[in-house]
Order: sequence, then structure tokens, then C-alpha cells
Amino acid sequence: MAALQTTAISISQTNHLLEPNWAEITAITNETSDVSTYWLKFVDPSMQAGYSFKPGQFNMIYVPGFGESAISISSDSEDRDKIGHTIRFVGNVTRAISRLKIGDIVGLRGPFGSPWPVQEMEGKDIFIACGGIGLPPLRPVIYHIMHHREKYGKVTLLYGARTSGDLMYPTEYDEWRKADIDAQITVDRGDANWSGRVGVVPMWFYQFRLDARNTAVLTCGPEIMIRFVIYEALARRIPLENIFVSLERNMKCGQGSCGHCQLGPYFVCKDGPVFRFDALQPYFNVEEF
Amino acid sequence: MANNRRPEIGSTIAIQKPVFNIILRRLQENGYQIIGPRVKNETLVYGSIENMDELPYGYITEQKAGAFRLIQADHKHYFDAIPGAQSWKQFLFPPCVDLFTLRKNGNGWEISNSKLDSPSYAFIGVRACELAAIQIQDNIFMRPDFADPTYRERRQRVFIVSVNCLAPAGTCFCASMGNGPRVKDGYDLNLTELDDVFLLTVGSELARSLLDGIEYEDASAFMLTTAERSIERAAQQMGRTLDTNDLPELVLKNLDSPHWKEIGERCLSCGNCTQVCPTCFCWDAVDQMSLDGKTTSRTRVWDSCFNPGYSYLAGGNTRPTISSRYRQWLSHKLGTWKEQYGTLGCVGCGRCITWCPAEIDLTEEIAALRKETR
Repeated sequence: MAALQTTAISISQTNHLLEPNWAEITAITNETSDVSTYWLKFVDPSMQAGYSFKPGQFNMIYVPGFGESAISISSDSEDRDKIGHTIRFVGNVTRAISRLKIGDIVGLRGPFGSPWPVQEMEGKDIFIACGGIGLPPLRPVIYHIMHHREKYGKVTLLYGARTSGDLMYPTEYDEWRKADIDAQITVDRGDANWSGRVGVVPMWFYQFRLDARNTAVLTCGPEIMIRFVIYEALARRIPLENIFVSLERNMKCGQGSCGHCQLGPYFVCKDGPVFRFDALQPYFNVEEF
Repeated sequence: MANNRRPEIGSTIAIQKPVFNIILRRLQENGYQIIGPRVKNETLVYGSIENMDELPYGYITEQKAGAFRLIQADHKHYFDAIPGAQSWKQFLFPPCVDLFTLRKNGNGWEISNSKLDSPSYAFIGVRACELAAIQIQDNIFMRPDFADPTYRERRQRVFIVSVNCLAPAGTCFCASMGNGPRVKDGYDLNLTELDDVFLLTVGSELARSLLDGIEYEDASAFMLTTAERSIERAAQQMGRTLDTNDLPELVLKNLDSPHWKEIGERCLSCGNCTQVCPTCFCWDAVDQMSLDGKTTSRTRVWDSCFNPGYSYLAGGNTRPTISSRYRQWLSHKLGTWKEQYGTLGCVGCGRCITWCPAEIDLTEEIAALRKETR
């Protein structure tokens, strides 16, 4: 088996390549100095009603004149009224997005890609290890678990950012904890505003006791962090089949057609972004691959 | 030798060479735009032709790593010149396709999609390697779960006259790849050029109807034997060979080989190999905005895994070095392609060897990798 099965996801048969649907920015939540969440709603109400996604999937957001960018969906998959995208302003398209206001219109195509295996993980303990902008694609998993808390065992979130000012969604951690999700937060560098853990995510990993036979590890973040999270998970004898990774690559089409996001035999946009680690292992330590 | 019987599908007939012009004219009458090999600026291109006189009659090509030359042959054939840099890819997967134009309208944008219509093409002189390449691109652009509308629109109306290749060039290795020089399937008409006649094997109903009432005779045993011998001789004359044994495994087990770095020092990352490759399919989409910011048009263009921006991400470049880009190209063509599409991504046409300014030859690189791991 290659990547995750994506049978539930059908890629739309379009008559016009890359033709966007239009969505309005209904709200903007500033998360950090260079990250905001854009809440979108399709201009066409029937399009909005017909739209659904699974945790871990992404959309292509299009700013006419600038181009498209693949952005993971960071909102609740059971909320059918709006679609949240947490965006860091780092490139040409995302900087153009940063200049948009409430009421502005963007193009939207999606959802694309493989989801986190939330159904398959039922009955298991869940360990989510993520860093920086790696939390947004996992927030829908957290919401899903909150909606169906009884279906999962012990749930732990280990999340790290560079500084306390770079943490995403800090106001939500207490709600997550109330839902019996052990949210453990760490920063790479401490400062006067921070009294919690200091240190990178993989470094804290060792503190947690995991039931190797019954834990699913989900990870997303900088590739160097992912690499060390996986070393830690493997050192704890978590089977490869229970480790799931969401990867980032340059994506242009979302349909496994344009070639950019290839990683070995995979098109990350179609076979990923969420991979079961056994599918990635042969390529994981090959530099610049 | 007029024959009132329509030839059956799968049968092979012989026509006098000038009769082929009648077939071309009938294709035009049926609305086809005829595309064939033509001599232009001392090289061979694919372009519109009206009749056989525009084919590269009497030419063959001399090809080696980094070199291409058209030369006059001693014997005069229409279809003996092995193609140049261009391939049929440029018609089915054009280098540049307008997708849509947007006009600012209040807060939003008004879209006008570009029309998908393209001419119905009749490709004249598609070699076995090139037909294999078209079939490979069919797998890419017409997947069961996603069909590229711009490709599908062109592809489903193409009429293909293939040719059995009888004079392979110095960089050819289709025999190694199992694709040629004999054409297997996927044609409307398959042509074998003998000294005095064309043999035509009928591959479709449409082809049958085009042959209605033309002058032909059934191919004689002598003609068929001559054709067979010529094809077999061509298979022996391939300028290159590539040992495809365990090919995906060989490449994928050696992703850490120091050999990639060594190639990276010779490769210029110019992307010529990807542009001339008849199977390379990567594309990008670019926006062009008017100066007043009120209209923008989106265009699909060819991209190349050798372009530095190809793997660009906010966090940096996935493949910053030339050696990593060459490894991506070759390990895709001769490795991971198989898992993606069930075949290798190379048909043995040799274009990437001929058109590489650094004279890098993938058959040599694979041989070197093989030797190194032995």
C-alpha cells in the first residue's frame, strides 16, 4: 500500500483547469505578528452547503494576479458555515492575502489530499506532536476528538513554537484541556512572558509515557522537527503503521497532475499530505529528495 | 490495381507512394489539420503540412550526445529522418495554454474561461517511441480520477499515422525500452516505407473509410518479409542501449550514491532534457495582470524539475542543488514513474541525449551506476 487510502475523496472532474470558485472573507483572526486565520464562505450558498472536508485536507486559495497557494484547513470539519485557513505571510501569494480585508473575494478550490485517519484511530491513545505552523492542519483533529471524545483513549498534544509570541490559538488551550486533551505547550526560547516549558518538541517527547501497542502519533511541523519526533516515536517502539505525518511541498494543481509536489512515487497533494510513515520511510533520510 | 474492397482492420495493404496524398487530402476534407515532420532552419520540426512534398524526403539525421545534423541520404525515403527537438507533445500538451481571464467587478472577479476547442490534428509519421510517449501521457492526463480538460479535448480527436522506424539515429534506444522500432498499437494507420511502396496497416474504422475506393493491393508476402527484415535490421542498429533489468530498484536503491554529485558537476540545469522529452509533463500556472490591476489572465505553461523555483517552498528549496534536481529527473523517469503509472517514463527516443549541451547521456549514467553498485 502506498499512501493513505483516499477513497472517500473524489477529485472533481472539471471542464476548466484551475477554475476557481469564489469565496468571501467573512472574518480575520490575527494569531501572531505574521500569521492570521482567514474565515471564508463561498459566495454561492449552494456551493457552501455542498462543501465538506476531512481533518488534514487543504484548499488552494487563489488571489487573482498573484497565484494560488496550498493552505491547510484549520477549522472544525463539522462546522459547515465557514472554512478557516491559518496562513503565515511568507511568500508572494500569502503576502497578497495579508493585504486583503473582510468582504474581499478570493478563489477557492478544494478540498484536496488525504486526511488524518480519525476513524481508524478510534479506541487508541492519540499523541499529537507539532511545531509552529504545523498546528493548524491538526486543529481539525482536535475539534473532531472533542466532538467524539468518548471514542478515543488518552489524548496528548505536545505543541511548540519559537517564542511565546509565536504560539497559535493560545486562548483555546484551556478549552482543549477541559475536553480532557492534555495540551502541553513548549517554546524554543523563553522570555519574560513565559513561565512554561522551554525546549524543542522532540526534546520533551521523552517525558511522556506512551502505550506502544495502542498509540497513534500524529506529527506536522518543520521537517527537522518531524524527523526527530519520528526517531523518538520509533525509539518507543510505536509501529510505523501508527505514525502519521503531514508534509509540505510546493503544490500548484492539487490533483497530482502538475508534478511539483513529488516525493518519490508520491504526489504529496494527492497521495498526501498525510502519510502513514511506513510509506515514507524509504525516502525519509535521503537528503534533498 | 484499383480495388473496390475496403481493407479490413488489421490488414496490411500496399499503395503507390503518391496515393498517400489522397489520404492526406481526405483527412483535410474531414476537417483535420495535417501535422508532419518538416525541414526548417536546417533542423526538423513538426508543423502543418499540405501534402507529401513537404515531408523531409531524402533526409536522415545524424545524432549524438549534444549534436544533431540533417543530412541527405543515398536512398530516398519520406520517413527516414529521426525527429529533432520537437515532439507531438507540443500539440496535445501545448507549452502555453490560456486558461481564463478575470475582470475586476466590484469586490470580486468576473471569469471568462478560454475556449477548449483546438483543431482536430492528424499526426503523420509518429514513430513507435513517440506513440509510446503519447500513451504514457494519456496515463498522466487522462487518469480515471482526473482528466485534464485541455489534454482530453485535443487527444480524443487525434488521427494517428504511425511509422515503423527503419533508420534509427545514434542516440536511439527504443529497442531497449521495448517500445520499438516496430509500432504495436494505438494508431489509425501504421505505415512502413519500402523503396517503391508504402505498406499501410489499418487500425481504425475511420482509417478504413478514408481508404474507400483508393488504389491499393494487398501486401504481398515479399513486401511483408522485406518490411519485417528492415524493422529487425533497425532494431539491431540502435545507437544506444539501456539495460532495464531491475531498473526502478537500481535507481531507488542508489539515491545516496556519490555518482549523482558527479553528474551534478557536469549538468547545467538548463532543463533542455525536460523540454524535449516527449513524456515530461510538469506544468506551472502563471498570472499576467494588466498594469491597471483590472484584468488578469491565467496561463498554463511547461515547467521543469531543473528550474530552481520548481520545488520552492516558504521554508526554502526542497532541491537546492543541481545534483538533487538531476537525481529527481532520472529517478522519476527510470524509477518512481513505474509505481505511479505502471511503466517507465522513458521511451528511448534519445532526445535528452542529443539536446543536452553538456552531452550527458542517461544510458551511460545508468551503466555507470550499475557498475558502481556491482
